[in-house]
Amino acid sequence: MRREGLLALLCLSGCSGAQTAFGGQGAEDANFIQLFTVFMIVCTVMYLLVSAALIVAVWRRRRTAMVVEDCNHQATSGVVRPALIGWTALIAIGLTALTLVGFFTDRSNARNGSHPQLKLTVTANQWWWDVEYDWADVSKSVRTANEIHLPVGIPVEVTLKSNDVIHSFWIPNLAGKQDLIPGRRTDAQLLPRKTGLYRGQCAEFCGTQHAQMALDVTVESKADFEKWYGAQLQTAPVPKTPLQLAGYRYITTRECASCHNISGTSAGGQVAPDLTHFASRRSIAAGTLPMNTGNIYGWVADPQSQKPGNHMPTIGLKADDLHGIVAYLETLK
Amino acid sequence: MSLRFRNSTALLALAAALWGCNREERQTRGKPLGETATAAMPDTVYPGTGNAPAPDPRAAQYEGNASAIAQGQMLYNQMNCVGCHFHGGGGMGVALMDGKWRYGGRIDQIVASIDQGRPNGMPAWRHRLTEQQMWQLAAYVRTLSGQERKDAVSARADEVSNTPPQTQTKREPLMPADSDEQ
Repeated sequence: MRREGLLALLCLSGCSGAQTAFGGQGAEDANFIQLFTVFMIVCTVMYLLVSAALIVAVWRRRRTAMVVEDCNHQATSGVVRPALIGWTALIAIGLTALTLVGFFTDRSNARNGSHPQLKLTVTANQWWWDVEYDWADVSKSVRTANEIHLPVGIPVEVTLKSNDVIHSFWIPNLAGKQDLIPGRRTDAQLLPRKTGLYRGQCAEFCGTQHAQMALDVTVESKADFEKWYGAQLQTAPVPKTPLQLAGYRYITTRECASCHNISGTSAGGQVAPDLTHFASRRSIAAGTLPMNTGNIYGWVADPQSQKPGNHMPTIGLKADDLHGIVAYLETLK
Repeated sequence: MSLRFRNSTALLALAAALWGCNREERQTRGKPLGETATAAMPDTVYPGTGNAPAPDPRAAQYEGNASAIAQGQMLYNQMNCVGCHFHGGGGMGVALMDGKWRYGGRIDQIVASIDQGRPNGMPAWRHRLTEQQMWQLAAYVRTLSGQERKDAVSARADEVSNTPPQTQTKREPLMPADSDEQ
């Protein structure tokens, strides 16, 4: 008994935590769970009934009195007619229930996204997410990467783009999947209902590092979100120690700046993740490694051994340069 | 006997077909690592009638390598080569889709031009790109004039284009730029 309980728990543990469609922390996901439950109940009931009828039919002995050639079925059984009527009614009720619940779910999802109060653009790249918070006033816009912060209870409209191949935007705890297609704009609506840390994941195979293309999602209170957003609006701090200064010099004058942007410095590349607040994020390289000093060292020293095939080249840094770069990157809170 | 013969022939054909699938190896890191590589890039600029220097042995790793060409194609757009050279047709920068090469059209000579920069506007990319990236770029640049194998180039251009796909680009014979001006 205990072992079975443990097994059931193990199965369920796959459906809990930061990346599950059964979390219900977003409005669309909660709707989905409702829809899933109704479909599950209706389909289970029908499945059991059909199976039971089949088993009874197999079990029961053929009645010799029932002669097919006479075409006189009704004479042999008075049960068939009401059973057929009941069966038809059951099917009609079941299908009506499914149609209605489908309709109301769709309507509710459409309403959630009809008046967005926050707009952001997510652009997928092999294999990372470029995130921009859009405001009419450009000075209030923020660009970050591989991480989105959302205020709880605020409807969000996400514009989705892709720079290379087809990707799919999926934060299972909040909403369903949506493809990002090169040359087109698609969109997704999010309405987070509970604060927490969630994990998004690319859900369309997009190349060798598809599995390492995750998105850290933080749903927080409005005050916390505004605090975070205010910090993101700041430019990068000035390097203080000689080591940080050496790293700053390397980053802004050498290979790094060809691709990466750090606001407030001359590093202005636009083709790789924005590093202005790199050290404030939860992970490195789209959820590949947790953010800590050791992993920054490992990643900068040889990104191709951490995530083979990704578009950041292994430069082959000298130890002194590496120390400086990591020291400077860690100041980018 | 004949059935057995036919079976073994079919097996051989299958093995040959599968062998053909093994196109090339993808080098994600570049060899050797930058730290251990010699920083010096051979000077491939040589005066008028002089002989071209010996080819760089690293060329074999990038020439006709589909993955290197694809990476180069991506970098060509990202590093804004398009800004001056356009998609090979030239503008502010020289055209790359003809066979005329002032500083040599071999892959290592193109790498040297990217690395060192050239007069009249071509910036030096040394320390802005890794050597591997410059080799990848050069591998792609050569496809613009049809120098690379057609099974290694991309059949699809990312940009709007009115030229035939690269798989149908005519191969231009390489010659020094001033050959027809004399």
